[in-house]
Amino acid sequence: MRLYEYEGKILAQKVGIPIPAGKMVDSPEAAREVARDLKGEVVIKAQILLGGRGKAGGVKFARDPEEAERLTREMLAGKIRDRKVEKVLVEKKLEIIEEMYLGITIDEIKKRMILLAGRTGGVEVEAIAQKPGAGFARFHVDPFIGVPGFRAKELAKHLGAADKGLGALSNIVSRLYGLTQKFDASVAEINPLVKTKNGSYLAADCRVEIDDDALFRQKELESFGIFPREERGREPTELERKGAEIDRVDHRGVAGRVVEFEGDTGLIIGGGGASLTVFDAILKYGGKPANYCEIGGNPTVKKVQLLTELILSKPGVKRLAVITNVLSNTRVDLVARGVIKGMLNRGIDPKKFPVVFRVPGAWEDEGFKILNKYGIKYFERAHTMDEAAKYVVEMGKS
Amino acid sequence: MAVLIDDRTRILVQGITGREAATFTKDMMDYGSKVVAGVTPGKQGQTVHGIPVFDTVKEAVEKQKANAAVVSVPPAFAKDAVMEAADCGLSPIACLTERIPKRDVIEMVAYADLKGVKIIGPNSPGVISPAKRSKLGFLGGNNPERAFRPGHIGVISRSGGMCTEVANLVSNAGMGISTAIGMGGDSVVGSTYLDLFPLFEQDPETHAMVLFCEPGGTKEDVLAEWIPGHFTKPVVAFFGGKFVDNMPGMRFGHASVIVRPGSGATRDKTRLFQQAGVKVVEVYSDIPKALKELLREKEKAAGRKIAVPRKKAAPAKRAVKKIGKNRKSKKGGKKQ
Repeated sequence: MRLYEYEGKILAQKVGIPIPAGKMVDSPEAAREVARDLKGEVVIKAQILLGGRGKAGGVKFARDPEEAERLTREMLAGKIRDRKVEKVLVEKKLEIIEEMYLGITIDEIKKRMILLAGRTGGVEVEAIAQKPGAGFARFHVDPFIGVPGFRAKELAKHLGAADKGLGALSNIVSRLYGLTQKFDASVAEINPLVKTKNGSYLAADCRVEIDDDALFRQKELESFGIFPREERGREPTELERKGAEIDRVDHRGVAGRVVEFEGDTGLIIGGGGASLTVFDAILKYGGKPANYCEIGGNPTVKKVQLLTELILSKPGVKRLAVITNVLSNTRVDLVARGVIKGMLNRGIDPKKFPVVFRVPGAWEDEGFKILNKYGIKYFERAHTMDEAAKYVVEMGKS
Repeated sequence: MAVLIDDRTRILVQGITGREAATFTKDMMDYGSKVVAGVTPGKQGQTVHGIPVFDTVKEAVEKQKANAAVVSVPPAFAKDAVMEAADCGLSPIACLTERIPKRDVIEMVAYADLKGVKIIGPNSPGVISPAKRSKLGFLGGNNPERAFRPGHIGVISRSGGMCTEVANLVSNAGMGISTAIGMGGDSVVGSTYLDLFPLFEQDPETHAMVLFCEPGGTKEDVLAEWIPGHFTKPVVAFFGGKFVDNMPGMRFGHASVIVRPGSGATRDKTRLFQQAGVKVVEVYSDIPKALKELLREKEKAAGRKIAVPRKKAAPAKRAVKKIGKNRKSKKGGKKQ
C-alpha cells in the first residue's frame, strides 16, 4: 500500500526524522490559513500516488496566503498526471543548498533490505543509481543486526556530511531503517533529502510503501489516520466496484476482483500464472479481453453467477472464456452451474452465445454433464489453455 | 538422482493438524513419500493419518529422524515455524503459507542462510521428484502421476498451477520430470532461480530446464546474466502476462507481478534470456517442441544420445486407471 507524501511524513516524524513545517488540507480556505500561520513563502504540493508530479504542475510556490488559496483551488479543481487531486500539502518553503537521495527497499535477489545513498536527488534517481560512477553507496542490511551506528555514519559521510551535520544525518539514516521495521514498510525513500541554508537536514519528500501482508499487525497506522485501501494505480470503474461487491458478500472462494479493459471477450479465468497466460493467449489469437478476473478457492454458484452476469452486462462483450489451469480443489460443476445461470439470467442462450470452458478440476464428470446439456463447448486437461483461447476467439468471429 | 528431495527425504509437516495440511499429507503418503512426523504446538500425542504429532520440531527430529519440512501454518506464525525447522537443520523447507509479511520472510531466510539450509517459497506449492516418488507440499494434488512422469526435464515455476500445467505438457509429449519446483509467487522467496540452477547443473538426471516466468522484479534478469559460463544444459522459458508490460504500476495475479518504470517488463527479460541462449517460446503449448529441438541440437553437437524421445509415449497407465470415470466423459467431450 503506497502512502501519500503527507502520510509518509507522519511516519517519518514518528521515528524522529525532521520534516518541513506544514499541514495537509483539502480546501483552498484551509490552505490560506495554513499559509498565514507558516508566514512567508509556502509550497503547495498535490497529494497523488504517482511520481513526477513536479513536472506535471503538482508542486507550486505561493508568496502569500491569497496566492496559496488560489493555487490550491486550481489544483483541487484539476488533475495531475490524470489523477484527481483531493488533498494538498502546504509547507514552508525551504532554502535548499543541497539535494540528496536516501532510500531503503527490498533486494529480492539478496533477500535483504538495501540502503541506497546518493549525492544526487530528484526524479529518475532509480535510473541514475544503476549507472556505475553515479556516486551511490549501497548497503545490504542483516536483519538480525540492523544498521549499526558506524555504518550510518559512513553513509552520512558519503553524502557529504561534516561537523554537527554528521550526527544529524547519521540519525536520519538509522531512523529511516527503523521506520521500515516499525511500520513494515517495504519501501521508504527520502527524495530529495535536503540540506538547508542553516545547515539542517530535512526530508523534503517522503515515499513509503507499507507491506499489504503486514497490515494485520499495523493497526497503529489507523490511529494516524492511515487506513488500508485497495490500490489499482487508477480510480476503480463502476464494473470493478460491482465486482468487488460480489467478492465481498460471500467469503467462500475468490471471484470478483475485476480489472476492466476495453474489449469484446469476457474472461473468467483462474490460477495466478494461468490467468496471465490466458489473457496473453486471447490477445494473441485476435480477441480483446474485456476484463481480468481470477476465480479461485471454491467460489459458490451464486458468486460465479453474479460475476458472469456482471461481465456479460458490459456493452460489446460478444464471447465468454472460462479457462483455468488444472485445479485440485475447485469444483467444475459449481463453476459450470454458476456461469450457465448467469447467462440465462441475462437472457442469453448458452447454445447460441460463444462460450468455451477449459476448467479441469474436481467433480469434472458432473461438470461436463451439465455443460453437455446446455451445448457448451469444453476442453479437457489434455488440451492446452491456448487451444481453448484460440477456439473461443474464432467462435466469436464467425 | 534428482535435486533437493529423493527417497531418503523424511518429511515433517508443520501445521499437520490443519485441514489443508492433513489433506496434502495424505496425498504425499499415497504417492509414496516418507512422511514421518507432524508438528502442531499443544497437540503432541495425536496422530494424523497415523503420523505422530509433536509439540516441537526438535522432538520430532529426535524421535522420527525427519530431514525436510513442509510448513503450512498461518502467516503470523510462519516465520517462527520456518526458523524452528532451520534451527534443527531440516533442508529443504518448503513454505506453502501465503501472505507472510516481507519483514518476516527476510528474517527467516537470513536465519536459514546462517544454518546452511534451503527454503523453497513462501507461497510455494512445493517440490516433486517423480522418479523417487518424493514430494513436499501439494504439487500435483492427489494424482501427481498424471502430470509428473519421471524423466529428465527440470521445472522451476513462479506459479503453482502453471508448474503442474507445464509438467503435464512435458509429460504428455513423452518426456518426463526430474524435479519440479514451485518457486513461490512472492517477491521475496528463499530460493530464486539463481539458488536452484546450480543444483540442476550438477544433477546428471536433468538434461534440460523449463521455466515458467512472470513480469515483475529482477529474478529472470540476474539469471540471464549468470547462465553463460555456468549452465550447460538447454533452457526453455515461457512468460505469462506479457500484457502487463503495458500497464506499469498495476498488479495482477501474484504479489510479485508488477512492472515498474525501467524494471520488470517481459520484453526486457525476454531479450536478456535470448542473449543468454535461453529459448523463449511465445505460447506455452510450444514448450515440448522447443525442448525436443534443443535436446536434438545438443545431441548432435555431442555426437551421442541423451534420451530424447522420438515418438509420443503412451500416457501413464496408472494415472489413467485411477481416473477411470473421467475417461468416459473424455469421449463425450470430443464428440461435441
